[in-house]
Amino acid sequence: MSDSLASDADLAGAGRRGAGPSTGSRAHDVAGGTPRAQVAGALAALWQITLVRRAVVLASLAALWQVAALWQNNPLLFPTFTDTMSALAEGLRHEDLLPASVASITVLLKGYALAVALALVFVSVAIAVPFAKEVLLTLTAMFNPLPAIALLPLAMLWLGLGEASLLLVMVHAVLWPFALAALTGFEQVPETQRLVGRNYGLRGISYIALILIPAALPSLLSGLKIAWAFAWRTLIAAELVFGVSSRSGGLGWYIYRNRNELLTDKVFAGLVTVILIGLLVEVLFRLVEQRTVRRWGLQR
Amino acid sequence: MTALPVIPSAEVRSAVPVLEARGLTLDYAGAAGRHRAVEDVSFDVAAGERLVLLGPSGCGKSSILKALAGFLKPAAGTVHIRGAAIKGPGPDRIVVFQEFDQLLPWKSVRDNVAFPLRVARKVPLREARERADAALVKVGLARALDAYPHTLSGGMKQRAAIARALAAEPDVLLMDEPFAALDALTRRTLQEDLLKLAEEQGFTLVFVTHAIDEAVLVGTRLHLLAAHPGRTIATFETAGLGLAERGTPAFEQVVRDVHDLLFADGARHV
Repeated sequence: MSDSLASDADLAGAGRRGAGPSTGSRAHDVAGGTPRAQVAGALAALWQITLVRRAVVLASLAALWQVAALWQNNPLLFPTFTDTMSALAEGLRHEDLLPASVASITVLLKGYALAVALALVFVSVAIAVPFAKEVLLTLTAMFNPLPAIALLPLAMLWLGLGEASLLLVMVHAVLWPFALAALTGFEQVPETQRLVGRNYGLRGISYIALILIPAALPSLLSGLKIAWAFAWRTLIAAELVFGVSSRSGGLGWYIYRNRNELLTDKVFAGLVTVILIGLLVEVLFRLVEQRTVRRWGLQR
Repeated sequence: MTALPVIPSAEVRSAVPVLEARGLTLDYAGAAGRHRAVEDVSFDVAAGERLVLLGPSGCGKSSILKALAGFLKPAAGTVHIRGAAIKGPGPDRIVVFQEFDQLLPWKSVRDNVAFPLRVARKVPLREARERADAALVKVGLARALDAYPHTLSGGMKQRAAIARALAAEPDVLLMDEPFAALDALTRRTLQEDLLKLAEEQGFTLVFVTHAIDEAVLVGTRLHLLAAHPGRTIATFETAGLGLAERGTPAFEQVVRDVHDLLFADGARHV
Protein backbone atom coordinates (compact mmCIF):
# COMPACT_ATOMS: atom_id res chain seq x y z
CA MET A 1 0.00 0.00 0.00
CA SER A 2 2.69 2.42 1.04
CA ASP A 3 4.64 1.44 -2.05
CA SER A 4 1.77 2.19 -4.34
CA LEU A 5 1.25 5.54 -2.66
CA ALA A 6 4.90 6.35 -3.08
CA SER A 7 4.78 5.37 -6.72
CA ASP A 8 1.71 7.51 -7.18
CA ALA A 9 3.57 10.45 -5.71
CA ASP A 10 6.48 9.72 -8.06
CA LEU A 11 4.09 9.58 -10.94
CA ALA A 12 2.56 12.90 -10.04
CA GLY A 13 6.03 14.33 -9.76
CA ALA A 14 6.92 12.93 -13.19
CA GLY A 15 3.75 14.46 -14.55
CA ARG A 16 4.73 17.83 -13.21
CA ARG A 17 8.22 17.51 -14.60
CA GLY A 18 6.79 16.32 -17.90
CA ALA A 19 4.57 19.36 -18.09
CA GLY A 20 7.60 21.59 -17.62
CA PRO A 21 8.87 21.90 -21.19
CA SER A 22 5.44 22.44 -22.72
CA THR A 23 4.53 25.19 -20.28
CA GLY A 24 7.93 26.65 -20.98
CA SER A 25 7.30 26.74 -24.72
CA ARG A 26 3.87 28.30 -24.16
CA ALA A 27 5.49 30.92 -21.97
CA HIS A 28 7.70 31.91 -24.89
CA ASP A 29 4.66 32.52 -27.08
CA VAL A 30 3.33 35.10 -24.67
CA ALA A 31 4.81 38.46 -25.52
CA GLY A 32 6.05 40.41 -22.52
CA GLY A 33 4.19 40.55 -19.18
CA THR A 34 4.73 37.85 -16.62
CA PRO A 35 4.53 34.60 -18.56
CA ARG A 36 4.78 32.42 -15.48
CA ALA A 37 1.77 34.10 -13.88
CA GLN A 38 -0.21 33.84 -17.10
CA VAL A 39 0.50 30.13 -17.41
CA ALA A 40 -0.49 29.63 -13.79
CA GLY A 41 -3.69 31.54 -14.50
CA ALA A 42 -4.48 29.43 -17.54
CA LEU A 43 -3.90 26.23 -15.58
CA ALA A 44 -6.13 27.48 -12.77
CA ALA A 45 -8.86 28.27 -15.30
CA LEU A 46 -8.49 24.79 -16.79
CA TRP A 47 -8.81 23.29 -13.30
CA GLN A 48 -12.20 25.01 -12.93
CA ILE A 49 -13.62 22.80 -15.69
CA THR A 50 -15.31 19.77 -14.11
CA LEU A 51 -14.45 17.55 -17.03
CA VAL A 52 -10.75 18.34 -16.67
CA ARG A 53 -10.77 17.55 -12.96
CA ARG A 54 -12.62 14.30 -13.59
CA ALA A 55 -10.18 13.34 -16.33
CA VAL A 56 -7.27 13.96 -13.95
CA VAL A 57 -8.90 11.76 -11.30
CA LEU A 58 -9.54 8.97 -13.83
CA ALA A 59 -6.02 9.18 -15.25
CA SER A 60 -4.55 9.02 -11.75
CA LEU A 61 -6.67 5.98 -10.91
CA ALA A 62 -5.65 4.25 -14.13
CA ALA A 63 -1.99 5.00 -13.43
CA LEU A 64 -2.31 3.72 -9.87
CA TRP A 65 -3.99 0.56 -11.15
CA GLN A 66 -1.28 0.03 -13.77
CA VAL A 67 1.54 0.41 -11.27
CA ALA A 68 -0.16 -1.77 -8.64
CA ALA A 69 -0.83 -4.53 -11.20
CA LEU A 70 2.73 -4.41 -12.54
CA TRP A 71 4.05 -4.60 -9.02
CA GLN A 72 1.76 -7.55 -8.21
CA ASN A 73 2.82 -9.21 -11.47
CA ASN A 74 0.00 -11.77 -11.43
CA PRO A 75 -2.17 -11.32 -14.55
CA LEU A 76 -4.33 -14.32 -13.59
CA LEU A 77 -5.60 -12.50 -10.51
CA PHE A 78 -5.03 -8.82 -11.29
CA PRO A 79 -4.51 -7.76 -14.92
CA THR A 80 -3.01 -4.37 -15.68
CA PHE A 81 -5.01 -1.39 -16.92
CA THR A 82 -3.56 -1.70 -20.41
CA ASP A 83 -4.32 -5.45 -20.58
CA THR A 84 -7.89 -4.72 -19.52
CA MET A 85 -8.25 -2.03 -22.15
CA SER A 86 -6.94 -4.30 -24.91
CA ALA A 87 -9.27 -7.08 -23.70
CA LEU A 88 -12.09 -4.54 -23.84
CA ALA A 89 -11.18 -3.45 -27.35
CA GLU A 90 -10.79 -7.04 -28.49
CA GLY A 91 -14.07 -8.05 -26.85
CA LEU A 92 -15.93 -5.24 -28.54
CA ARG A 93 -14.38 -5.98 -31.92
CA HIS A 94 -14.23 -9.76 -32.19
CA GLU A 95 -15.90 -11.47 -29.31
CA ASP A 96 -19.23 -11.48 -27.61
CA LEU A 97 -18.85 -8.43 -25.38
CA LEU A 98 -21.02 -6.29 -27.64
CA PRO A 99 -23.79 -8.91 -28.08
CA ALA A 100 -23.64 -9.49 -24.33
CA SER A 101 -24.12 -5.77 -23.69
CA VAL A 102 -26.97 -5.62 -26.18
CA ALA A 103 -28.58 -8.65 -24.56
CA SER A 104 -28.36 -7.07 -21.10
CA ILE A 105 -29.70 -3.72 -22.25
CA THR A 106 -32.57 -5.35 -24.14
CA VAL A 107 -33.70 -7.34 -21.12
CA LEU A 108 -33.25 -4.27 -18.97
CA LEU A 109 -35.40 -2.06 -21.19
CA LYS A 110 -38.14 -4.69 -21.29
CA GLY A 111 -38.26 -5.04 -17.53
CA TYR A 112 -37.90 -1.30 -16.97
CA ALA A 113 -40.72 -0.39 -19.36
CA LEU A 114 -42.99 -3.07 -17.94
CA ALA A 115 -42.36 -1.94 -14.37
CA VAL A 116 -42.79 1.78 -15.15
CA ALA A 117 -46.09 1.09 -16.93
CA LEU A 118 -47.29 -1.04 -14.02
CA ALA A 119 -46.23 1.63 -11.53
CA LEU A 120 -48.15 4.32 -13.42
CA VAL A 121 -51.28 2.16 -13.40
CA PHE A 122 -50.89 1.50 -9.65
CA VAL A 123 -50.29 5.18 -8.94
CA SER A 124 -53.30 6.29 -11.02
CA VAL A 125 -55.53 3.93 -9.05
CA ALA A 126 -53.91 5.03 -5.78
CA ILE A 127 -54.63 8.68 -6.54
CA ALA A 128 -58.27 7.96 -7.40
CA VAL A 129 -59.02 5.51 -4.57
CA PRO A 130 -57.84 6.33 -1.01
CA PHE A 131 -57.81 2.68 0.03
CA ALA A 132 -55.71 1.69 -2.99
CA LYS A 133 -53.18 4.31 -1.91
CA GLU A 134 -53.03 2.63 1.51
CA VAL A 135 -52.38 -0.71 -0.21
CA LEU A 136 -49.67 0.77 -2.43
CA LEU A 137 -47.92 2.51 0.48
CA THR A 138 -47.96 -0.71 2.52
CA LEU A 139 -46.61 -2.78 -0.37
CA THR A 140 -43.92 -0.20 -1.10
CA ALA A 141 -42.86 -0.09 2.55
CA MET A 142 -42.70 -3.90 2.62
CA PHE A 143 -40.91 -4.50 -0.66
CA ASN A 144 -38.52 -1.55 -0.80
CA PRO A 145 -36.11 -3.03 1.77
CA LEU A 146 -36.21 -6.44 0.05
CA PRO A 147 -33.31 -6.70 -2.43
CA ALA A 148 -34.68 -7.79 -5.78
CA ILE A 149 -31.91 -10.35 -6.20
CA ALA A 150 -33.24 -12.17 -3.11
CA LEU A 151 -36.31 -13.05 -5.16
CA LEU A 152 -34.23 -14.76 -7.86
CA PRO A 153 -34.28 -18.28 -6.33
CA LEU A 154 -38.06 -18.09 -6.09
CA ALA A 155 -38.34 -16.64 -9.59
CA MET A 156 -36.22 -19.52 -10.95
CA LEU A 157 -38.42 -22.01 -9.12
CA TRP A 158 -41.61 -20.52 -10.56
CA LEU A 159 -40.53 -19.42 -14.02
CA GLY A 160 -37.42 -21.47 -14.76
CA LEU A 161 -34.04 -20.40 -16.08
CA GLY A 162 -35.21 -17.85 -18.61
CA GLU A 163 -35.91 -14.26 -19.37
CA ALA A 164 -39.17 -14.39 -17.40
CA SER A 165 -37.23 -14.85 -14.15
CA LEU A 166 -35.00 -11.89 -14.95
CA LEU A 167 -38.03 -9.76 -15.80
CA LEU A 168 -39.69 -10.68 -12.52
CA VAL A 169 -36.76 -9.57 -10.37
CA MET A 170 -36.29 -6.43 -12.43
CA VAL A 171 -39.93 -5.44 -12.20
CA HIS A 172 -39.59 -5.87 -8.46
CA ALA A 173 -36.46 -3.70 -8.45
CA VAL A 174 -38.09 -0.87 -10.43
CA LEU A 175 -41.77 -0.94 -9.52
CA TRP A 176 -41.69 0.05 -5.83
CA PRO A 177 -39.17 2.89 -5.83
CA PHE A 178 -40.64 4.40 -8.99
CA ALA A 179 -44.24 4.07 -7.79
CA LEU A 180 -43.31 5.82 -4.55
CA ALA A 181 -41.54 8.67 -6.39
CA ALA A 182 -44.41 9.07 -8.87
CA LEU A 183 -47.05 9.09 -6.12
CA THR A 184 -45.10 11.71 -4.16
CA GLY A 185 -44.60 13.76 -7.33
CA PHE A 186 -48.27 13.80 -8.28
CA GLU A 187 -49.36 14.60 -4.74
CA GLN A 188 -46.94 17.54 -4.54
CA VAL A 189 -48.29 19.32 -7.62
CA PRO A 190 -49.16 22.81 -6.31
CA GLU A 191 -52.88 23.36 -5.75
CA THR A 192 -52.81 26.60 -7.77
CA GLN A 193 -51.48 24.82 -10.87
CA ARG A 194 -54.21 22.18 -10.55
CA LEU A 195 -56.83 24.92 -10.34
CA VAL A 196 -55.31 26.73 -13.34
CA GLY A 197 -55.61 23.54 -15.42
CA ARG A 198 -59.21 23.00 -14.36
CA ASN A 199 -59.98 26.68 -14.94
CA TYR A 200 -59.14 26.24 -18.63
CA GLY A 201 -61.50 23.29 -18.78
CA LEU A 202 -58.86 20.55 -18.83
CA ARG A 203 -60.05 17.12 -17.71
CA GLY A 204 -58.99 13.49 -17.77
CA ILE A 205 -56.08 12.61 -20.05
CA SER A 206 -55.37 16.18 -21.20
CA TYR A 207 -55.33 17.39 -17.58
CA ILE A 208 -52.86 14.64 -16.66
CA ALA A 209 -50.67 15.18 -19.74
CA LEU A 210 -50.63 18.99 -19.75
CA ILE A 211 -50.62 19.76 -16.02
CA LEU A 212 -49.90 16.81 -13.71
CA ILE A 213 -47.03 15.13 -15.56
CA PRO A 214 -44.95 18.25 -16.29
CA ALA A 215 -45.58 19.58 -12.77
CA ALA A 216 -44.49 16.25 -11.26
CA LEU A 217 -41.55 15.80 -13.63
CA PRO A 218 -38.78 16.43 -11.05
CA SER A 219 -40.04 13.53 -8.91
CA LEU A 220 -40.77 11.36 -11.94
CA LEU A 221 -37.26 11.85 -13.32
CA SER A 222 -35.53 11.21 -10.03
CA GLY A 223 -37.71 8.11 -9.58
CA LEU A 224 -36.75 6.88 -13.04
CA LYS A 225 -33.08 7.47 -12.24
CA ILE A 226 -33.15 5.60 -8.94
CA ALA A 227 -35.16 2.78 -10.52
CA TRP A 228 -32.70 2.54 -13.42
CA ALA A 229 -29.76 2.14 -11.04
CA PHE A 230 -31.59 -0.58 -9.09
CA ALA A 231 -32.54 -2.36 -12.31
CA TRP A 232 -29.03 -2.32 -13.76
CA ARG A 233 -27.40 -3.70 -10.60
CA THR A 234 -30.10 -6.31 -10.17
CA LEU A 235 -29.82 -7.47 -13.77
CA ILE A 236 -26.03 -7.88 -13.72
CA ALA A 237 -26.27 -9.75 -10.41
CA ALA A 238 -29.01 -12.02 -11.73
CA GLU A 239 -27.07 -12.78 -14.92
CA LEU A 240 -24.18 -14.00 -12.79
CA VAL A 241 -26.42 -16.86 -11.72
CA PHE A 242 -27.47 -18.04 -15.13
CA GLY A 243 -27.11 -17.04 -18.74
CA VAL A 244 -30.39 -16.69 -20.54
CA SER A 245 -31.45 -16.69 -24.15
CA SER A 246 -30.03 -18.78 -26.94
CA ARG A 247 -27.59 -16.28 -28.44
CA SER A 248 -25.90 -14.58 -25.57
CA GLY A 249 -26.06 -14.46 -21.82
CA GLY A 250 -25.68 -10.80 -21.02
CA LEU A 251 -22.85 -8.97 -19.30
CA GLY A 252 -23.20 -10.72 -15.96
CA TRP A 253 -22.94 -14.06 -17.63
CA TYR A 254 -19.93 -12.83 -19.68
CA ILE A 255 -18.15 -11.92 -16.45
CA TYR A 256 -19.03 -15.21 -14.77
CA ARG A 257 -18.03 -17.35 -17.75
CA ASN A 258 -14.64 -15.67 -18.16
CA ARG A 259 -13.92 -15.96 -14.45
CA ASN A 260 -14.43 -19.73 -14.76
CA GLU A 261 -11.84 -19.79 -17.53
CA LEU A 262 -9.52 -17.54 -15.48
CA LEU A 263 -9.55 -14.95 -18.27
CA THR A 264 -9.33 -12.25 -15.64
CA ASP A 265 -8.61 -9.43 -18.09
CA LYS A 266 -11.94 -10.18 -19.75
CA VAL A 267 -13.64 -10.21 -16.36
CA PHE A 268 -12.23 -6.73 -15.83
CA ALA A 269 -13.32 -5.70 -19.33
CA GLY A 270 -16.84 -6.86 -18.50
CA LEU A 271 -16.85 -4.87 -15.27
CA VAL A 272 -15.59 -1.78 -17.07
CA THR A 273 -18.41 -2.18 -19.62
CA VAL A 274 -20.97 -2.34 -16.81
CA ILE A 275 -19.57 0.89 -15.40
CA LEU A 276 -19.41 2.62 -18.79
CA ILE A 277 -23.03 1.83 -19.63
CA GLY A 278 -24.03 3.06 -16.19
CA LEU A 279 -22.18 6.34 -16.74
CA LEU A 280 -23.67 6.74 -20.19
CA VAL A 281 -27.22 6.44 -18.84
CA GLU A 282 -26.35 8.87 -16.06
CA VAL A 283 -25.23 11.40 -18.69
CA LEU A 284 -28.48 10.86 -20.63
CA PHE A 285 -30.52 11.57 -17.51
CA ARG A 286 -28.47 14.70 -16.84
CA LEU A 287 -29.09 15.95 -20.38
CA VAL A 288 -32.83 15.43 -19.97
CA GLU A 289 -32.74 17.23 -16.61
CA GLN A 290 -30.87 20.19 -18.04
CA ARG A 291 -33.37 20.57 -20.84
CA THR A 292 -36.37 20.27 -18.52
CA VAL A 293 -36.50 20.60 -14.76
CA ARG A 294 -33.29 22.62 -14.37
CA ARG A 295 -34.24 24.98 -17.18
CA TRP A 296 -37.64 25.50 -15.58
CA GLY A 297 -36.13 26.25 -12.18
CA LEU A 298 -37.89 23.24 -10.64
CA GLN A 299 -34.55 21.76 -9.62
CA ARG A 300 -31.27 23.42 -8.84
CA MET B 1 -86.45 35.00 -36.96
CA THR B 2 -88.85 37.68 -38.14
CA ALA B 3 -91.68 36.15 -36.15
CA LEU B 4 -89.89 36.87 -32.88
CA PRO B 5 -90.67 40.11 -31.06
CA VAL B 6 -88.11 42.72 -32.00
CA ILE B 7 -86.00 43.65 -28.98
CA PRO B 8 -82.70 45.47 -29.37
CA SER B 9 -80.02 42.95 -28.55
CA ALA B 10 -78.09 45.38 -26.34
CA GLU B 11 -81.14 45.69 -24.14
CA VAL B 12 -81.41 41.92 -23.80
CA ARG B 13 -77.79 41.69 -22.79
CA SER B 14 -78.04 44.41 -20.17
CA ALA B 15 -81.17 42.76 -18.79
CA VAL B 16 -79.25 39.53 -18.01
CA PRO B 17 -76.33 40.17 -15.64
CA VAL B 18 -73.01 38.55 -16.52
CA LEU B 19 -72.87 36.93 -13.10
CA GLU B 20 -75.70 36.33 -10.71
CA ALA B 21 -75.50 34.85 -7.19
CA ARG B 22 -78.75 34.14 -5.35
CA GLY B 23 -78.87 32.98 -1.73
CA LEU B 24 -75.37 31.55 -2.15
CA THR B 25 -74.47 29.34 0.80
CA LEU B 26 -71.15 27.52 0.94
CA ASP B 27 -69.85 24.83 3.30
CA TYR B 28 -66.38 23.41 3.59
CA ALA B 29 -65.24 20.21 5.25
CA GLY B 30 -62.92 20.97 8.16
CA ALA B 31 -61.26 18.85 10.83
CA ALA B 32 -64.39 19.01 12.98
CA GLY B 33 -67.01 18.24 10.34
CA ARG B 34 -68.63 20.70 7.96
CA HIS B 35 -68.35 24.42 8.54
CA ARG B 36 -70.50 27.13 7.07
CA ALA B 37 -68.23 29.51 5.15
CA VAL B 38 -70.82 31.68 3.46
CA GLU B 39 -74.52 32.15 4.21
CA ASP B 40 -77.18 33.56 1.92
CA VAL B 41 -75.16 35.99 -0.18
CA SER B 42 -76.74 37.52 -3.29
CA PHE B 43 -75.37 39.91 -5.90
CA ASP B 44 -75.39 40.69 -9.62
CA VAL B 45 -72.46 41.74 -11.76
CA ALA B 46 -73.38 43.72 -14.86
CA ALA B 47 -71.23 43.85 -17.98
CA GLY B 48 -68.29 46.19 -17.55
CA GLU B 49 -68.79 46.42 -13.81
CA ARG B 50 -65.98 45.85 -11.29
CA LEU B 51 -67.40 44.22 -8.16
CA VAL B 52 -65.12 43.97 -5.14
CA LEU B 53 -65.80 41.41 -2.43
CA LEU B 54 -64.34 42.94 0.71
CA GLY B 55 -64.15 41.61 4.25
CA PRO B 56 -61.89 40.26 7.01
CA SER B 57 -60.38 36.79 6.81
CA GLY B 58 -63.02 34.16 7.40
CA CYS B 59 -65.74 36.10 5.61
CA GLY B 60 -65.70 33.57 2.77
CA LYS B 61 -64.81 36.06 0.03
CA SER B 62 -62.36 33.63 -1.60
CA SER B 63 -64.89 30.82 -1.26
CA ILE B 64 -67.46 32.92 -3.12
CA LEU B 65 -64.92 33.48 -5.89
CA LYS B 66 -64.23 29.73 -6.01
CA ALA B 67 -67.96 29.12 -6.38
CA LEU B 68 -68.12 31.63 -9.24
CA ALA B 69 -65.14 29.90 -10.85
CA GLY B 70 -66.93 26.56 -10.49
CA PHE B 71 -64.39 24.97 -8.13
CA LEU B 72 -66.86 24.86 -5.23
CA LYS B 73 -70.45 23.58 -5.28
CA PRO B 74 -73.00 25.68 -3.36
CA ALA B 75 -74.65 23.98 -0.38
CA ALA B 76 -77.68 26.12 -1.18
CA GLY B 77 -78.53 28.91 -3.59
CA THR B 78 -77.46 29.37 -7.18
CA VAL B 79 -74.76 30.97 -9.30
CA HIS B 80 -75.41 31.81 -12.96
CA ILE B 81 -73.25 33.13 -15.78
CA ARG B 82 -75.21 34.88 -18.54
CA GLY B 83 -78.33 33.12 -17.33
CA ALA B 84 -76.83 29.60 -17.32
CA ALA B 85 -76.21 27.72 -14.06
CA ILE B 86 -72.49 27.32 -13.29
CA LYS B 87 -71.76 23.61 -13.22
CA GLY B 88 -67.97 23.59 -13.12
CA PRO B 89 -64.84 25.52 -14.00
CA GLY B 90 -64.54 26.94 -17.50
CA PRO B 91 -62.51 29.38 -19.58
CA ASP B 92 -65.38 31.89 -19.70
CA ARG B 93 -64.32 32.80 -16.13
CA ILE B 94 -60.53 33.05 -15.93
CA VAL B 95 -59.09 33.28 -12.42
CA VAL B 96 -56.01 35.24 -11.38
CA PHE B 97 -54.76 33.78 -8.11
CA GLN B 98 -52.72 35.32 -5.33
CA GLU B 99 -50.02 32.64 -5.52
CA PHE B 100 -47.00 33.32 -7.69
CA ASP B 101 -46.81 29.67 -8.78
CA GLN B 102 -49.98 30.04 -10.87
CA LEU B 103 -47.72 30.39 -13.92
CA LEU B 104 -46.76 26.97 -15.22
CA PRO B 105 -43.00 26.75 -14.62
CA TRP B 106 -42.37 24.51 -17.64
CA LYS B 107 -43.65 27.07 -20.11
CA SER B 108 -42.10 30.37 -21.15
CA VAL B 109 -44.05 33.50 -20.25
CA ARG B 110 -45.33 33.69 -23.84
CA ASP B 111 -46.48 30.07 -23.85
CA ASN B 112 -48.10 30.50 -20.44
CA VAL B 113 -50.24 33.28 -21.86
CA ALA B 114 -50.92 31.33 -25.06
CA PHE B 115 -51.86 28.20 -23.08
CA PRO B 116 -55.55 28.97 -22.32
CA LEU B 117 -56.02 30.14 -25.92
CA ARG B 118 -54.57 26.85 -27.15
CA VAL B 119 -56.47 24.47 -24.87
CA ALA B 120 -59.73 26.32 -24.29
CA ARG B 121 -60.23 28.26 -27.51
CA LYS B 122 -58.31 25.90 -29.84
CA VAL B 123 -56.45 28.86 -31.38
CA PRO B 124 -53.60 27.79 -33.71
CA LEU B 125 -50.15 28.01 -32.11
CA ARG B 126 -48.82 30.90 -34.18
CA GLU B 127 -51.90 33.05 -33.64
CA ALA B 128 -52.05 32.18 -29.94
CA ARG B 129 -48.44 33.29 -29.53
CA GLU B 130 -49.08 36.53 -31.39
CA ARG B 131 -52.04 37.30 -29.17
CA ALA B 132 -49.98 36.35 -26.12
CA ASP B 133 -47.23 38.76 -27.16
CA ALA B 134 -49.78 41.54 -27.63
CA ALA B 135 -51.27 40.91 -24.18
CA LEU B 136 -47.82 40.84 -22.58
CA VAL B 137 -46.85 44.12 -24.22
CA LYS B 138 -50.02 45.64 -22.75
CA VAL B 139 -49.05 44.66 -19.20
CA GLY B 140 -45.49 45.91 -19.71
CA LEU B 141 -43.72 42.58 -20.11
CA ALA B 142 -42.47 43.08 -23.67
CA ARG B 143 -38.94 42.19 -22.60
CA ALA B 144 -39.81 38.96 -20.77
CA LEU B 145 -41.61 37.07 -23.55
CA ASP B 146 -39.13 34.18 -23.70
CA ALA B 147 -38.26 34.12 -20.00
CA TYR B 148 -39.24 31.21 -17.79
CA PRO B 149 -41.44 32.14 -14.80
CA HIS B 150 -38.81 31.29 -12.17
CA THR B 151 -36.63 34.12 -13.47
CA LEU B 152 -39.35 36.75 -12.91
CA SER B 153 -40.05 38.89 -9.85
CA GLY B 154 -43.35 38.51 -7.99
CA GLY B 155 -44.80 41.61 -9.63
CA MET B 156 -43.83 40.42 -13.11
CA LYS B 157 -45.40 37.02 -12.42
CA GLN B 158 -48.69 38.67 -11.46
CA ARG B 159 -48.50 40.85 -14.56
CA ALA B 160 -48.03 37.74 -16.69
CA ALA B 161 -50.99 36.08 -14.95
CA ILE B 162 -53.15 39.12 -15.69
CA ALA B 163 -52.00 39.06 -19.33
CA ARG B 164 -52.88 35.37 -19.51
CA ALA B 165 -56.36 36.05 -18.18
CA LEU B 166 -56.95 39.02 -20.52
CA ALA B 167 -55.66 37.19 -23.61
CA ALA B 168 -58.23 34.44 -23.06
CA GLU B 169 -60.98 37.05 -23.42
CA PRO B 170 -63.24 35.62 -20.71
CA ASP B 171 -66.77 36.86 -20.02
CA VAL B 172 -65.58 37.80 -16.57
CA LEU B 173 -62.22 38.05 -14.82
CA LEU B 174 -62.03 36.65 -11.31
CA MET B 175 -59.16 37.95 -9.16
CA ASP B 176 -58.41 36.45 -5.77
CA GLU B 177 -56.23 38.95 -3.86
CA PRO B 178 -53.83 39.13 -6.82
CA PHE B 179 -51.63 41.83 -5.25
CA ALA B 180 -51.69 40.67 -1.62
CA ALA B 181 -48.25 39.03 -1.74
CA LEU B 182 -46.52 42.01 -3.36
CA ASP B 183 -44.57 44.83 -1.74
CA ALA B 184 -46.40 48.14 -1.33
CA LEU B 185 -44.73 49.93 -4.25
CA THR B 186 -45.26 47.11 -6.73
CA ARG B 187 -48.83 46.69 -5.53
CA ARG B 188 -49.52 50.35 -6.21
CA THR B 189 -48.12 50.19 -9.74
CA LEU B 190 -50.09 47.07 -10.54
CA GLN B 191 -53.32 48.58 -9.20
CA GLU B 192 -52.80 51.59 -11.45
CA ASP B 193 -52.01 49.44 -14.48
CA LEU B 194 -55.02 47.21 -13.83
CA LEU B 195 -57.31 50.25 -13.76
CA LYS B 196 -55.81 51.60 -16.98
CA LEU B 197 -56.39 48.22 -18.66
CA ALA B 198 -59.96 48.20 -17.34
CA GLU B 199 -60.58 51.63 -18.86
CA GLU B 200 -59.09 50.54 -22.19
CA GLN B 201 -60.82 47.18 -22.47
CA GLY B 202 -63.86 47.53 -20.22
CA PHE B 203 -63.72 43.96 -18.90
CA THR B 204 -66.08 42.67 -16.24
CA LEU B 205 -64.28 41.94 -12.99
CA VAL B 206 -64.89 40.32 -9.63
CA PHE B 207 -62.04 41.24 -7.32
CA VAL B 208 -61.45 39.84 -3.83
CA THR B 209 -59.40 41.78 -1.29
CA HIS B 210 -59.12 42.53 2.41
CA ALA B 211 -57.53 45.98 1.82
CA ILE B 212 -60.12 48.74 2.04
CA ASP B 213 -58.25 51.36 0.00
CA GLU B 214 -57.57 48.80 -2.74
CA ALA B 215 -61.29 47.93 -2.78
CA VAL B 216 -62.38 51.56 -3.10
CA LEU B 217 -59.78 52.17 -5.79
CA VAL B 218 -60.42 49.09 -7.94
CA GLY B 219 -64.17 48.59 -7.58
CA THR B 220 -67.09 50.34 -9.18
CA ARG B 221 -69.22 48.58 -6.58
CA LEU B 222 -68.31 47.11 -3.18
CA HIS B 223 -69.90 44.14 -1.52
CA LEU B 224 -68.97 44.11 2.18
CA LEU B 225 -68.94 40.83 4.05
CA ALA B 226 -68.81 39.90 7.74
CA ALA B 227 -67.05 36.78 8.99
CA HIS B 228 -68.03 33.46 10.64
CA PRO B 229 -70.00 32.72 8.59
CA GLY B 230 -69.59 35.08 5.65
CA ARG B 231 -72.70 37.19 5.04
CA THR B 232 -73.57 40.47 3.42
CA ILE B 233 -73.19 43.70 5.42
CA ALA B 234 -73.79 46.17 2.64
CA THR B 235 -73.38 46.69 -1.07
CA PHE B 236 -72.96 50.06 -2.74
CA GLU B 237 -71.55 51.89 -5.76
CA THR B 238 -68.28 53.78 -5.57
CA ALA B 239 -68.26 54.86 -9.18
CA GLY B 240 -66.25 58.02 -9.78
CA LEU B 241 -63.54 57.13 -7.28
CA GLY B 242 -60.47 56.09 -9.24
CA LEU B 243 -56.80 56.85 -9.68
CA ALA B 244 -57.31 60.59 -9.88
CA GLU B 245 -59.31 60.67 -6.65
CA ARG B 246 -56.86 58.57 -4.66
CA GLY B 247 -55.86 60.43 -1.48
CA THR B 248 -58.56 63.10 -1.87
CA PRO B 249 -60.89 63.83 1.11
CA ALA B 250 -63.83 62.25 -0.74
CA PHE B 251 -61.83 59.03 -1.28
CA GLU B 252 -60.64 58.93 2.32
CA GLN B 253 -64.18 59.52 3.55
CA VAL B 254 -65.42 56.45 1.67
CA VAL B 255 -62.49 54.41 3.07
CA ARG B 256 -63.47 55.53 6.60
CA ASP B 257 -67.14 54.75 6.00
CA VAL B 258 -66.31 51.28 4.71
CA HIS B 259 -64.03 50.74 7.70
CA ASP B 260 -66.81 51.70 10.10
CA LEU B 261 -69.32 49.46 8.35
CA LEU B 262 -66.96 46.48 8.47
CA PHE B 263 -65.87 47.15 12.01
CA ALA B 264 -69.26 47.92 13.52
CA ASP B 265 -70.67 44.62 12.38
CA GLY B 266 -67.57 42.46 12.29
CA ALA B 267 -66.35 43.29 15.81
CA ARG B 268 -69.36 41.70 17.46
CA HIS B 269 -68.81 38.36 15.78
CA VAL B 270 -65.06 37.85 15.91
